Amino acid sequence: MPKIVIEAGHSERQYWKDLWHFRELFYFLAWRDILVRYKQTLIGIAWAVIRPLLTMAILVVVFNKLAKLPSDGTAPYPILVFAAMLPWQFFSTSLSEASNSLVVNSNLISKVYFPRLVVPASAVITSLVDFAISLGLLAGLMVIYQFAPTWKILTLPLFTLLAFLAALGPGLLMTALNVKYRDVRYIIPFIVQIGLYISPVGFSSSIVPEKWRLIYSLNPMVGVIDGFRWAILGGEIYMPGFLVAIGTTIVFLWLGLNYFRKTERTFADVI
Amino acid sequence: MIKVENLSKHYRIKSGSKQDTAHSYSTLRDSMANGIKSLLSWKNKTASEWEEFWAVRDVSFEVKQGEVVGLIGRNGAGKSTLLKLLSRITEPSSGRITLDGKVGSLLEVGTGFHPELSGRENIFLNGAILGMKRTEIQAKFDEIVDFAGVEKFLETPVKRYSSGMYVRLAFSVAAHLETEILLVDEVLAVGDSQFQKKCLQKMENVSSSGRTVIFVSHNMSTILSLCSRCIFLKNGQLDFDSEPREAVRKYLEEAQPTTHFQRTLQRSGDPTITEGRLQTNEKEGSYQIDIKVTIESDYDIKSCINVSTRDSMAQQVGFSSIGSFNNEEMLDIKKGKNTFCFRMDGSNLAVGSYFLSLSLSITNVRYLDRCEDCFSFDIEKSPRTGTHRVFSQNWGLGSVELPMSKIDQPGTET
Repeated sequence: MPKIVIEAGHSERQYWKDLWHFRELFYFLAWRDILVRYKQTLIGIAWAVIRPLLTMAILVVVFNKLAKLPSDGTAPYPILVFAAMLPWQFFSTSLSEASNSLVVNSNLISKVYFPRLVVPASAVITSLVDFAISLGLLAGLMVIYQFAPTWKILTLPLFTLLAFLAALGPGLLMTALNVKYRDVRYIIPFIVQIGLYISPVGFSSSIVPEKWRLIYSLNPMVGVIDGFRWAILGGEIYMPGFLVAIGTTIVFLWLGLNYFRKTERTFADVI
Repeated sequence: MIKVENLSKHYRIKSGSKQDTAHSYSTLRDSMANGIKSLLSWKNKTASEWEEFWAVRDVSFEVKQGEVVGLIGRNGAGKSTLLKLLSRITEPSSGRITLDGKVGSLLEVGTGFHPELSGRENIFLNGAILGMKRTEIQAKFDEIVDFAGVEKFLETPVKRYSSGMYVRLAFSVAAHLETEILLVDEVLAVGDSQFQKKCLQKMENVSSSGRTVIFVSHNMSTILSLCSRCIFLKNGQLDFDSEPREAVRKYLEEAQPTTHFQRTLQRSGDPTITEGRLQTNEKEGSYQIDIKVTIESDYDIKSCINVSTRDSMAQQVGFSSIGSFNNEEMLDIKKGKNTFCFRMDGSNLAVGSYFLSLSLSITNVRYLDRCEDCFSFDIEKSPRTGTHRVFSQNWGLGSVELPMSKIDQPGTET
């Protein structure tokens, strides 16, 4: 029989055990969000198709046709952009979904116990569906442009995991802040908006001057996007930058997790 | 089974802002501005700005396996907080709880129900939220559906359910939660009477199956019929812990006659009866009971107001409502303060003391606010003539005199 001891400032070990125990809730919440999102609305699915295609078209026109930026090697520019759109969109929707998740589920927080980490984590999973649809679109584009990938495409899941972790860290930080400070949600769209331009989504990161490149890589999405392009388009990866990206991802994840854990116990009191 | 040692929980509330805790969300903007201000003026945040509020203070008790413990107390006595502590929703400020066994908590029915999802989907979702395993839900699925009586509507989104069906389904899932320890807040308060009876039966089964139950209720007769022991909380402290009859008596004894009360808006911003005044007028043997209430709310809503009357023996005497019997009469509550006045006819009440409880609710859907035993008054009547007697509670025959008069023969004409 499980014995539970509840005390002020409660033990760490119990938490991770609980998290494992509540894994089914995690699936169910993700399943609910996906179901609700795509249920009855055809637009839900159509939107997941139209949005990335339209964004891609605009970025191609602005950065390639107007600004005349070069592509990476032989890759067609639309594919270069779309390969970056994949992780970027995953990152941005994850961040926004995760940040709002606790506030949206406030009735759960105040009425039932479970490790609160389940909620933002399952919200991030939901964006994987959009990601899968985009992946299908990319395959279509590659057929149209007759662009064959190399074996490197097999490493894509690893970079997807990196994108997931890169979104989870800031996502946890934001969601915890959002519970306490209700104006945080106004900041998130802003972060997402400028993030699109300071991350190499519409252009290749190789156009960044050599001496700035390492500093540029402090943005973890630079490494993630470079990884995606490497896996899909081939070519070289800027290794120091990629390592820095992994580093910053870990730092953010650690910060996010810590802050979340620290404030979690008061969520039910303030929400 | 359950061991609670010196348990305390306190909140810090901003002093002076007690009235509008519902609006006290902090914003990052404000805290940044305050931070800069205090940096510039080198002034520390003084403690006087914050006030400590002890929701639960130094409570200790033990519950053995198979015991059904009722938790009673006035509004704000700390019952809900204690349940939230036991169910790990919030963390104690100090003290320790030891729970031996799997804990299930029902603080609300239908937590996490999603209107867009079908009945079937919601059963699984709600079950998972309450901590059931998928296999467990599957095994009990038919039983749950049967108990709720919603077979035909399993694939219908619950937003199309009638409010009664919705609650039945929600409770049905909860009723099938099988944990060794069950914490129940007053969830039985919604739903139609037949379903309530069914739920009470289910609860009795639960207690006879050797599970440990802690049960919060305002309904003393439910407490008396279900519990083997009763804990009485007062101002966050344990006041009395004994067999139920004794505790209930004590609880009732403490009710002071009151004709005026004041409360503050609930944290949730839901409509709250923030002030009430009661006045009784006697005129030639007829009694009028006039009530004036102020209802404060953060949003516009239509609600019923219900008054339930009980006598000094905790027997329910009767029920009066505006809106429950006719939806068109529901109170139109606007954001801010609203004032309403009502009159009840108390002419048939026996001599004795009465307690009134007020509640705001949307019938069969949810309670918005509840104000237990907030008014009390005495009915005093003196015989009009030498041969006239007045019916009194202490005759032990009830509290309401049903008017009767002599007629010549049965029929419609008089």
